[in-house]
Amino acid sequence: MTSAQLEIQIILSLVAIACALPGVFLVLRKMALISDAISHSILPGIVIGFFMTQDLASPMLILMATLTGVLTVVLVEYIQKTGLVKEDTAIGLVFPSLFSVGVILIARNAGDVHLDVDAVLLGEVAFAPFDRWVYNGTDMGPKSLWMIGTILSVTICLLVLFYKELKVATFDAGLAASLGFTPIGIHYGLMTISSVTTVGAFDAIGAVLVVAFMIVPAACVYLLTTNLKKLLLGASLVGVFASVTGYWLAHAIDASIAGTIATVLGLIFFLVYLFAPGKGYFSQWYKIKQQKTEVAMLVFMLHIANHEEEKERNINHLQEHINWSQQRAKKVVKLAMQNNMIEIENEIISLTAKGLEFTTKAVSYISDNKNSELEGIKQKFFLFRG
Amino acid sequence: MDDEIPKIAIAIDDLTVAYNYKPVLWDIDLQIPEGVLMAIVGPNGAGKSTLLKSILDIIKPLAGSVTVYGKPYKKQRDLVAYVPQKGSVDWDFPTTALDVVMMGTYGSLGWIKRPGQKEKKLALEALEKVGMLPFQNRQISQLSGGQQQRIFLARALVQNAAIYFMDEPFQGVDATTEKAIIQILKELRKAGKTVIVVHHDLQTVPEYFDWVTFLNVKKIATGPVAQIFNDDNLTKTYGINYKTSITEGKL
Repeated sequence: MTSAQLEIQIILSLVAIACALPGVFLVLRKMALISDAISHSILPGIVIGFFMTQDLASPMLILMATLTGVLTVVLVEYIQKTGLVKEDTAIGLVFPSLFSVGVILIARNAGDVHLDVDAVLLGEVAFAPFDRWVYNGTDMGPKSLWMIGTILSVTICLLVLFYKELKVATFDAGLAASLGFTPIGIHYGLMTISSVTTVGAFDAIGAVLVVAFMIVPAACVYLLTTNLKKLLLGASLVGVFASVTGYWLAHAIDASIAGTIATVLGLIFFLVYLFAPGKGYFSQWYKIKQQKTEVAMLVFMLHIANHEEEKERNINHLQEHINWSQQRAKKVVKLAMQNNMIEIENEIISLTAKGLEFTTKAVSYISDNKNSELEGIKQKFFLFRG
Repeated sequence: MDDEIPKIAIAIDDLTVAYNYKPVLWDIDLQIPEGVLMAIVGPNGAGKSTLLKSILDIIKPLAGSVTVYGKPYKKQRDLVAYVPQKGSVDWDFPTTALDVVMMGTYGSLGWIKRPGQKEKKLALEALEKVGMLPFQNRQISQLSGGQQQRIFLARALVQNAAIYFMDEPFQGVDATTEKAIIQILKELRKAGKTVIVVHHDLQTVPEYFDWVTFLNVKKIATGPVAQIFNDDNLTKTYGINYKTSITEGKL
């Protein structure tokens, strides 16, 4: 591995973390689309900043782009507040307008410099090691490494300082306001950080893929953890993993680095969606299946408890009376047997003492606690669920 | 000294709140005496939640003023605890019951300072009071509606405030939780706290509360339940004749 390759991977990893941290809060606040809007509408800011300094790594770019990023949020909220259109429409109105201003500015003025729409949209991290910061004749490393490193450090500092405030304002803005934590201030703080990060990242991965870096890691780990700190850490790790894997994939198949990283991120999400314990597809499928069987067993036991007459309780006539398929009836009877809820004598089913207790309790629980689930009583009686 | 004039906890003066041109609250004058357990009742869209939010400085009024023990709310935050509607937050948020209760201590901590052992102890005590101690490490989405409401109540208890505002705490909770909550609210009143509850179930007003405010954009009436909770005020507030429905329990 050459030093240029190492530098590229470090830059990508820093970009990934810098994006993942604000991304977590955007996802939790259901504002993922805003990051898309910001990533596009900072273009005019970048262009104006570039015209002023002729340097893609200048702080002026960050300043101007951050201003347009925050302007986007202000405009979206303003349009939304008029009540004429909904939030998604407001976003759709604002960012293409700002973005197109940027496109026109580039087309009119920047034809002969290293700033074209492609570069802004897709980025090219492979060139990053060539643009170096030389201070007093000493090579300090790639400029973009310094830029994203600074942004990430600031982000982490702010996150550590205002973690508590961010958390409460995100979970319960009403409470945050009543406690005096000005959720609006925190909201704009987060928007500013997101804008700054987007500018810092666009040079490496392009404005479009910034969205993938912000949203996908957060969305993946959101399905895996119920702890905010782990979510922040996990999203950063997913971002770094995808960056390094994506880099070598691009190397192997000779493709765009940003493209392969985003593809890897997409694949990671797909796998997590399928296999995540609890929230994943297979896990949910299994849970629903189990719940169906549980409810069926309850219905079956209520039926047995309600009927004295033997013909209703005959194991061979069960299916006609409750109108179930043979397979389902067998499964339910087996489950009830396993849990010692019923006993069968001469093909007649009757409830055991435990079964009777369960049925009585379940019925009274259902009629008393209309709104709460059967969770407590289920744990007491059911043996088959982990 | 039974005839002593009670202190006023909350004083609302000519409060008007409007969304664009539509007045939601109109010229509300309301004084809430210290130590009452008060229900705010009124039909949907009467401005009940808006009234709470204006008192708490979450919504800026068009006109009028609110004082908490004679001073603006901003200077009295420490005296006030607020329980928003349960549906106003995302219960899929990645956090635990204990952590949500700890949020009640954030106000006294102020900016930047982190909660520590002392705050954790307070939170655990509050969880114990609402009977949720065994669920302290549960992710909040895995709690039932009633349990979630208890967590919210515990979070308010942690604030150890003088005045408690609750927005529909009985919405979507089971009977056991409703009884547990009202028990705690009555204990708060006994301890001299003022409790103000946005309430929907008119039938339980006489049983649960000692003070009531009828609200429908304008203030219809306010006072002791025994004196003003009657068909006349109900009819004025809801615009339907409530006489038969209340007495026959058909609400």
